[in-house]
Amino acid sequence: MATKVIEEMTRPVFDVNVLRQDFPILTEEVYGKPFTYLDSAASAQKPRQVIEAISKVYSTEYSNVHRGVHYMSQKTTDAMEEAREKIRSFVNASSIREIIFVRGATEGINLVASSWGRRNLSAGDEIILTMLEHHSNIVPWQLMAEEVGASLKVVPIDRDGVLDIDTYSNLLSDKTKFVAVTHVSNALGTILPVTELIRLAHERGAKVLVDGCQAAPHMKIDVRSLDADFYVLSGHKIYGPSGIGILYGKEKLLEAMPPYQGGEEMIDVVTFDKTTYADLPFKFEAGTPHIAGAIGMGAAVNYITAVGLENIAAHENDLLKYGTNKLKGIDSLEIVGQAPEKAAILSFNLTGVHPHDVGTILDREGIAVRTGHHCAQPVMDYFDIASTVRASLGLYNNRSDIDALVAALERVKEIFG
Amino acid sequence: MSSSLKNLYQDIILDHSRNPKNFGLLEEYDRKANGTNPLCGDKVTIFLKLVGNVIGEAKFDARGCAISIASASMMTEMVKGKSIDQAKSLFEKFTSLVTGQCYKVNDLEELETLSGVRDFPTRIKCATLPWNAMVAAIEESDEEVKTE
Ligand SMILES: Cc1ncc(COP(=O)(O)O)c(C=O)c1O
Repeated sequence: MATKVIEEMTRPVFDVNVLRQDFPILTEEVYGKPFTYLDSAASAQKPRQVIEAISKVYSTEYSNVHRGVHYMSQKTTDAMEEAREKIRSFVNASSIREIIFVRGATEGINLVASSWGRRNLSAGDEIILTMLEHHSNIVPWQLMAEEVGASLKVVPIDRDGVLDIDTYSNLLSDKTKFVAVTHVSNALGTILPVTELIRLAHERGAKVLVDGCQAAPHMKIDVRSLDADFYVLSGHKIYGPSGIGILYGKEKLLEAMPPYQGGEEMIDVVTFDKTTYADLPFKFEAGTPHIAGAIGMGAAVNYITAVGLENIAAHENDLLKYGTNKLKGIDSLEIVGQAPEKAAILSFNLTGVHPHDVGTILDREGIAVRTGHHCAQPVMDYFDIASTVRASLGLYNNRSDIDALVAALERVKEIFG
Repeated sequence: MSSSLKNLYQDIILDHSRNPKNFGLLEEYDRKANGTNPLCGDKVTIFLKLVGNVIGEAKFDARGCAISIASASMMTEMVKGKSIDQAKSLFEKFTSLVTGQCYKVNDLEELETLSGVRDFPTRIKCATLPWNAMVAAIEESDEEVKTE
């Protein structure tokens, strides 16, 4: 009880208008209008704390890592390993040996598909995906399935964008070797019940990779309580730099997997007869890594942890409700994806107006939204549409942003009559 | 509303996009080509019926934005009755107009209203996609035309 009170007292107060001041880009103007950023699902803006951490690397602590005996190399290595530790704690992995720096979620998925897949998949095996997957969590599996003669099975969704768990259970069989699912859909915002999906897959002895790109910015991730075998996320979606992300993998699985790429960093001893590989996590980190990126991602994790993921989630949920109600008030607007469990994404269409035209008009009002298929064409096909307009929210968005969106949508309707 | 937006979404363009001319499949055609924009998933198919060297009939089927539909609608209206060489020359003129290489071109008539897209670099491809598909149809290219 007492600790609870203290926790509540020490939890930072969430004031969106104060937090906005951390993000320099938000004071920019576009076409002479205030910049309204509603495209965080594509990539989030960066707070000063991240920008400064990156600049500090290059101004005061930069050198190559894990190589030099000199002072600066040690300092850089320490900073990078400190970032790895922060990220370990952020996803609640047991050990830093399970945190592999990659270029982003896409590379993490390719790593698992190639390395785990080539060793463990064979002809006749099945890989289960969902209709909600981003192309990044489809294509690597297609490539590997084709190579080894395995096949892909796809779990459908309903009209609200909710995953059909019964079909999933039925698709699972002794042939199922792997399940690759997104934690949150980037096109619709649906939150998937990954704990249950993982439990059911494990009952069949299948391994599971969770694509956490869209979950990590909005909710606390705990890879151990999920019991995920692999979990990937990208730095740029959690307010950190692009070109960096992590693959979490259970240590036992990673140990048994062959290296993904060869080069420096990932070796122990190299002779022309035989090379022995470095220990985890370095076995999977060939070449000089994105050092400043890793350190910047650590700073981003620090930032959102300090703001508090519960605070972020509460704020975004409030905004999502506000936005959903406002959009529902616009006649001829249809929201695509209305799952009860949903993260901060509003995908929609205006009857008779193509999303591209909506996007162009919003753009001239200073509002950045994404229009298109959102790298998730199977979802679009399911709803029999080519594309949607997607407004996605970040911790810095406020009700004025939604009001600006709604006013601009009224403009679109005026123009298109 | 900004003047460039007004210029982009002129009434004549909106009219064509709402009630496109020559929209639909052409049952009997001599040439056909598909175009897609992989970024947004938009599609257009152009059908041409030739009488000797002249385009006798032109139709299109499409899923697209106001700009691409209006462009295809005006284009098919325009090239009907024109020779293949004239159609190709219109393609050159239209492309240079909307990409901003040329500010004044002759013979484009109402297609000139689409010149406003040059202020919207991300939308120029919407206007040119049907044209590229038409040229592919004329040249009997088997490959799908892509904006990217
Ligand atoms: C759900 C999901 N998975 C994967 C990706 C790919 O991430 P990245 O491009 O950072 O590798 C994205 C980003 O667009 C995404 O939203």
